[in-house]
Amino acid sequence: MSRRVYMDHAATTYVNKDVLEAMLPFYTELFGNPSSVHQFGREVKKHIDKAREQVAKAIGALPEEIYFTAGGSEADNWAIKGIAYANRNKGNHIITTQIEHPGLLESCRFLEKEGFEITYLPVDQFGMISVGDVENAITEKTVLISVMYANNEIGTVQPIQEVAKLAKDKKIVFHTDAVQAVGSIDINVKEQGIDLLSLSAHKFYGPKGVGALYVRKGVKLTNLIHGGHQERSRRAGTENVAGIIGLGKAIELAASRLEENSKRIKGLSDKLITGVMEKVPYTRLNGHPDNRLPGNTSFCFEFIEGESLLLNLDIKGIAGSSGSACSSGSLDPSHVLLAIGLPHEIAHGSLRLSLGDINTEEDVDYVLEVLPPIVDRLRQMSPLFEKVKGGK
Amino acid sequence: MYSEKVMDHFSNPRNVGEIENADGVGEVGNAHCGDIMKIYLKVEDDKIVDVKFKTFGCGAAIATSSIATEMIKGKTIEEAEKLTNKAVVESLDGLPAAKMHCSVLAEEAVKAAIEDYRNKNNK
Ligand SMILES: Cc1ncc(COP(=O)(O)O)c(C=O)c1O
Ligand SMILES: [Zn+2]
Repeated sequence: MSRRVYMDHAATTYVNKDVLEAMLPFYTELFGNPSSVHQFGREVKKHIDKAREQVAKAIGALPEEIYFTAGGSEADNWAIKGIAYANRNKGNHIITTQIEHPGLLESCRFLEKEGFEITYLPVDQFGMISVGDVENAITEKTVLISVMYANNEIGTVQPIQEVAKLAKDKKIVFHTDAVQAVGSIDINVKEQGIDLLSLSAHKFYGPKGVGALYVRKGVKLTNLIHGGHQERSRRAGTENVAGIIGLGKAIELAASRLEENSKRIKGLSDKLITGVMEKVPYTRLNGHPDNRLPGNTSFCFEFIEGESLLLNLDIKGIAGSSGSACSSGSLDPSHVLLAIGLPHEIAHGSLRLSLGDINTEEDVDYVLEVLPPIVDRLRQMSPLFEKVKGGK
Repeated sequence: MYSEKVMDHFSNPRNVGEIENADGVGEVGNAHCGDIMKIYLKVEDDKIVDVKFKTFGCGAAIATSSIATEMIKGKTIEEAEKLTNKAVVESLDGLPAAKMHCSVLAEEAVKAAIEDYRNKNNK
């Protein structure tokens, strides 16, 4: 035993050593407030500017289009509420999808109470939206279309460029929550026609609690955090300096290794998916077979419940996650699994194993050795399995 | 988040299985909300001589099923009928608040199995 396999990179990643090293001086000798006039402040300000350039370069934006935030949720809140408020006189309609992250969905629900109308587009069995549906949902009141780049639970990557083009043709602002995509998928906001984009450092080996919102020059956005003049008077609060430095370094590193890393991790995920599907009967792969995040694997094992599966895997040192009701603390399984059409009892048996930099072939072999007998044991205990036994 | 006792019963559940020609069978819960518990009783002279369970559910559901079977084994029907959700949770050294609803099923499953036994035996 005592082997530990972390396959929950979609939840969060560790901080890369080089990233940490870049951050550390900003807790001690480089501690000045970047807004200060003196040298202590000014030298720190220079480093923040550099981090802004690093982020901009990684996604094909201009430095002045990057605003640092306290993470992905804040970036999503700001994008949705900021565009809605800035366009109040134009219209009150927003189009998004049923499978967005809660940071975005709950922002929409908040706006609904304020009199905005939201269309939550359905997805197909693979978690894909239809560009035709987006087009049909547009009204003269539509002020924003927000479609996540890649889904955090099932990994499906959306046709972002096509939706962005459609939005542009109709003169509607387009936002994408790219929190899961940045660092794994090559993104260029200019080439892809993206107006706003959310990202978060802790998904690509940077620190937690820091992220950014890219806002294309010329897009009107109402402020969310009021106060001092930080972030060009768009987002108040003394900067999370070390965090911002870490974000800059992490995104630069991720971009420089993107192709090679994603290819390696995709190879491991493919091996895991093939192995699980071969070894465990009554199993479904969630998400799109091809258009998916390189590190995402998501399964539903029929007749068993996700939390008990997670606990058993944890006993064997394997860290994953599940969209079952009992692991989320609600009575319903994940809204994403329901949106792809899974019945409740199947959605309860979900397992997400998200791979990253530290995973190896041996990790995958270990999971393939440990997982099938656990599923089998839980099935032997399941009253739902009785009905199909012998029918393998 | 779970006590050691819960993890013990979860990783080594007691009395898992089925009883053929059981004297009482109770199944409660549904797959929709994520927990189903099925309890089988073997009864002799109004005493529960054997009990088995099958559960589809989370760690709390499996652990409560397991300990509930231990708590009623060897008891008379009248004694077993007095099993409460509270007693089950206490003997597991507690459950997280969000998991209390999963533990209700054990009490309900035992009651359902006893009712089935009574119906079958006109008692
Ligand atoms: C798709 C997506 N959006 C937003 C977030 C929120 O990011 P953060 O944790 O930085 O607030 C996450 C992370 O859980 C995510 O996966
Ligand atoms: Zn439960």
